Amino acid sequence: MNRSGRGLQAYAVIYLLFLYAPIILLPIFAFNSGTIIAFPLQGFSTEWFEQMWSNTTLRRALANSLTIAVSASVLATCLGIFAARASTRFAFPGKGGIMGFIMLPMVLPEIIVAMSLLVVLLGVGVQLSLLTVIAGHTLICMPYAIAVLSTAFSSLDRSLEEAAYDLGESRWGAFRLVTLPLVMPGIISALLISFTISLDEFIIAFFLAGNEPTLPTYIFSQLRFPRAIPVIMALGTVLVLISIVLLAIGEYFRRRGNARIGGSPTGGLL
Amino acid sequence: MAKFDAEARAGLSLIAPPFLYALLILAAPILTILAYSFLTDGYLEILRDFTWVNYAQVFTDPIVRTVMLRSLMVAAIVTLATVLTAFPIAYYVSFMVRPEKKAMWLFLITIPFWTSYLIRVFLWKVILGYNGVVNSSLTGLGIIDEPLTFILYNINAIVITLAHAYAPFAILPIFVALEKIDRSLLEAGRDLGESRAMTFWRVTLPLAMPGVIAATLIVFIPTIGDYVTPEVIGGGKIPMIANLIQVQMLALDNRPLGSALAVTAMVVVALVSLLFLFLNRRFLKVRQ
Repeated sequence: MNRSGRGLQAYAVIYLLFLYAPIILLPIFAFNSGTIIAFPLQGFSTEWFEQMWSNTTLRRALANSLTIAVSASVLATCLGIFAARASTRFAFPGKGGIMGFIMLPMVLPEIIVAMSLLVVLLGVGVQLSLLTVIAGHTLICMPYAIAVLSTAFSSLDRSLEEAAYDLGESRWGAFRLVTLPLVMPGIISALLISFTISLDEFIIAFFLAGNEPTLPTYIFSQLRFPRAIPVIMALGTVLVLISIVLLAIGEYFRRRGNARIGGSPTGGLL
Repeated sequence: MAKFDAEARAGLSLIAPPFLYALLILAAPILTILAYSFLTDGYLEILRDFTWVNYAQVFTDPIVRTVMLRSLMVAAIVTLATVLTAFPIAYYVSFMVRPEKKAMWLFLITIPFWTSYLIRVFLWKVILGYNGVVNSSLTGLGIIDEPLTFILYNINAIVITLAHAYAPFAILPIFVALEKIDRSLLEAGRDLGESRAMTFWRVTLPLAMPGVIAATLIVFIPTIGDYVTPEVIGGGKIPMIANLIQVQMLALDNRPLGSALAVTAMVVVALVSLLFLFLNRRFLKVRQ
């Protein structure tokens, strides 16, 4: 490698350190016995993890977050399958406009989605609950699910479906027996990405959940109390581990999907 | 329906469920706040009188103007810093990393992005704080006597935090654009006697421009509407537009003014996006 290459490599390493700086601190403070989040460290302790485990509000927030994330990711992926199939397989009038509109939440500040939805819900008199959060999360997860699913659907070989028709399968039969298994890795990636987005989403959950806590809103409420911070650090450590595992599973399925349709193993999550 | 052929009908019926969902949950609320922004705020209810007062207030109120300009400035600085620092990384991964290692690098870059946003923002407060990691290390090493205060509770801290939060959003589109560049073009540039730097300037950079513009938009739009970072890092003392919208809508219960703020913010975002999409088109034209 030449000189500029080595310079870039050094830069890349420093940049990765910048990216990982907060995440490296997380376990350090989570296992530190001191109650103040500052250096020097006090000593090793698993107390914060025990406190986290026995915290009932936190459990409730976790249960709520899981309910929301599972519902929203399933709904977003189902709706996403329709959109991805329509946009990759069919030509229809107004396609660009309709698809652009469905993808809009990707580029719209979340506060605007949350506020406008809140104003309407309050105006109509709908009680704020987990259901209203699920509705909002489905909306913002859908574009990401569509982006992942479109890649899976567009790399399908159309002649495989036609072969199924020729062999006497109905439209639905061909979709279920040929198309669906081939795009299954894409569906799993879409589910995982939607799940992760919903689990970490704060703004919509903060404004639309009423009095129900979710993990991010619980974390936000605790950040004001210095005494609560070590437990939040422990929680953060666990969440990081879970995200890494989920991402690794998603990446595995994405690659398997790529291999199945003969794609290259390079490329990222997008 | 006679004018649509079978394919158009199949496509439209497939797209209907997600489209109707977006109409109900996105379009209807946005049209509602658009309508609200032209109504008059009463004491306990909203009066159905058409008015431009809310927009007049958005454009003349000094507080609104300060917050709006601050949001634009923070978003612009964050975008510039993020895209400039992300480009060398995307370039490194695309041109210097061996093909089989690229996926691993992208994986490494995206992991921090998937960890709790709130906790990441809070940890920057810990890193930059008065007794934080940076200050305690520097005083511990004897480099400074007093903790540095210019890095906390101000715009610098907000910029650093947001630049960190949106780094992968900038790296990925630039990487994708760089990956698409035909490597033989670079060799051709070198063969025709251009230096390495000139080849980069005249071949690589123009071809990477669509990625750079996409990165700019993807970073700019969410940062201008960010709610959490000013709240956590700025301690609520340096609000940005999202915080102002929330205060007007909920705390002050002035929905018409809050709606006018939200609509104005959307228009600003749309204008900036159109500007960049126009630039992108120029670059694509140059390409052909």
